[in-house]
Amino acid sequence: MSDLFYKTAGELSGLLVKREISSWDLTQAVIERTKAVETKVNAFLSYNEAAALKQAKNSDERIARGESRGPLEGIPVGLKDIIAVNGEQLSCGSKILEKFNSPYDATSAINLKNAGAVLWGRLNMDEFAMGSSTENSAYQVTSNPWDIERIPGGSSGGSAASVAAGEAILSIGSDTGGSIRQPASFCGVVGLKPTYGLISRYGLVAYASSLDQIGPFARSVEDVAILLQAIASHDRLDSTSIKVDIPDYRTVLKQEDRRWKLGVPTEYFSDGLDKEVGVAIENAIKFFENNGCEIVNVSLPHTELAVPVYYIIATAEASSNLARYDGIRYSHRSDRAIDSIDLYFKSRAEGFGEEVKRRIILGTYVLSSGYYDAYYLRAQKVRTLIRQDFIKSFEKVDALLTPTSPTVAFKIGERSEDPLSMYLSDIYTISLNLAGLPGISVPCGFNSDKMPIGLQVIGKPYCEAEILAIAHKFERSHDFYKEHPKL
Amino acid sequence: MTNTSSIDIEYVANLARLDLTENEKKKFSAQLEEVLKYFERINEVDVTDVEPMAHAFPVFNVWDEDRAEEGFTVEEALKNAPAKRDDQIVVPKVVE
Repeated sequence: MSDLFYKTAGELSGLLVKREISSWDLTQAVIERTKAVETKVNAFLSYNEAAALKQAKNSDERIARGESRGPLEGIPVGLKDIIAVNGEQLSCGSKILEKFNSPYDATSAINLKNAGAVLWGRLNMDEFAMGSSTENSAYQVTSNPWDIERIPGGSSGGSAASVAAGEAILSIGSDTGGSIRQPASFCGVVGLKPTYGLISRYGLVAYASSLDQIGPFARSVEDVAILLQAIASHDRLDSTSIKVDIPDYRTVLKQEDRRWKLGVPTEYFSDGLDKEVGVAIENAIKFFENNGCEIVNVSLPHTELAVPVYYIIATAEASSNLARYDGIRYSHRSDRAIDSIDLYFKSRAEGFGEEVKRRIILGTYVLSSGYYDAYYLRAQKVRTLIRQDFIKSFEKVDALLTPTSPTVAFKIGERSEDPLSMYLSDIYTISLNLAGLPGISVPCGFNSDKMPIGLQVIGKPYCEAEILAIAHKFERSHDFYKEHPKL
Repeated sequence: MTNTSSIDIEYVANLARLDLTENEKKKFSAQLEEVLKYFERINEVDVTDVEPMAHAFPVFNVWDEDRAEEGFTVEEALKNAPAKRDDQIVVPKVVE
């Protein structure tokens, strides 16, 4: 059977249960694929073949006993190196946690284990998830599998690139301002940021706690539904985790005939939007219009303020969260310090990379005496206005359609010396984190350089089922998901 | 908001307990100046009577049952300590 590594989890789980293939064969195929292409892609910070094959063997034994744990049984799933797995590295792409080995499992990791998944590798990311290109990793630059001279997006660049390249069947990442959806869009895969609180953040290393969410990557909408099902759960270890009825996402995908009312926010089609991206999104909107959906123009007037609001709130929260890396109980400790206070200064200076330092300084500044009201408090008020924009538009529509990113993946190095231009590349994704809303990016075409373009579907709180169904309707009527990068 | 605010990088770096090189100070000052100028845009909108929002959804205190559970063993708790001795973390001398 050829190219097992490019089949979807939905297909593979059928083959596994019928015992036409084994998880051992599948995991071996993914390992071989990884070895063949990883010199070009550099998606993984590390992986452990023996540990993966051992999990695969356990899966095969469960299946043989008729004790399959569900559709993820025996499927290799990659994890962004910011999600704790007991006994594995947890570097967050940072030198300050270079030697850190997690003593516990994140709730999402436990959920994956309970679902029978094969946990596969530690995926590269921007240091502490701060970035939009994965160039801020302290270890390596990950390439976009569609053009290895381009970035894969970020911060979950390794998660997106590995799935696009067939080095993992599925992966999980985290999204604070677009870090799942933007790399999914750039790498031509599907990525979902769930409603804030749907997935436990316990064991997800904190960047900006009021914005961070874990979410799935896959090569089909159905696979995203399967993975979301496994990791969504209420968790008493995360006090922001929310008790809500979780539907059977895979079943509710099949609403092809439903006549959705879909909003198109005019502010998302302004000057900054690349022409070819704009055309692909317009075509996607036309598809829905021609297939029984009603398209309504809506307005989100505070859209442009989302970037400054996000970078004030996110850096403020980050400067507080990252205070824990002091070189005392864990994390890098400098051996040049002259006293205990100096130990903080030097350990942090040696351990953190440039973008992290920049955001700590910015966040500390906006929280400092004399600036708190002008920046942080005001940003929190504008955040309220941004959320109200969405609430108002959702009175009229079921979901919103937008581009995921204003451009396709850019070249490695192109924006790394210009933080502001990098920050502006998140314009269409960050509002959702500020408002806590779910969003999915689904491939909707390619530009003339054969770089993938993503359509973002934004939903009401806890309406993951609806946006999955809308994305699924689009995906199944197009062939984009059948295409893979040539590596 | 102070439009003239040149960010006092040394003061802020001290608050953040972060040593910066001369190069970093220069580079960050210029870049953050540009970013802060961009941040001024949040003044374009009237926020009178708008409630600040710290979280996407109302968050209330969450209580959990008070029950004993297994915690980390000493070995687990100390496995990432940069320096340890006799089941304790070694730190630089704090008192004279």
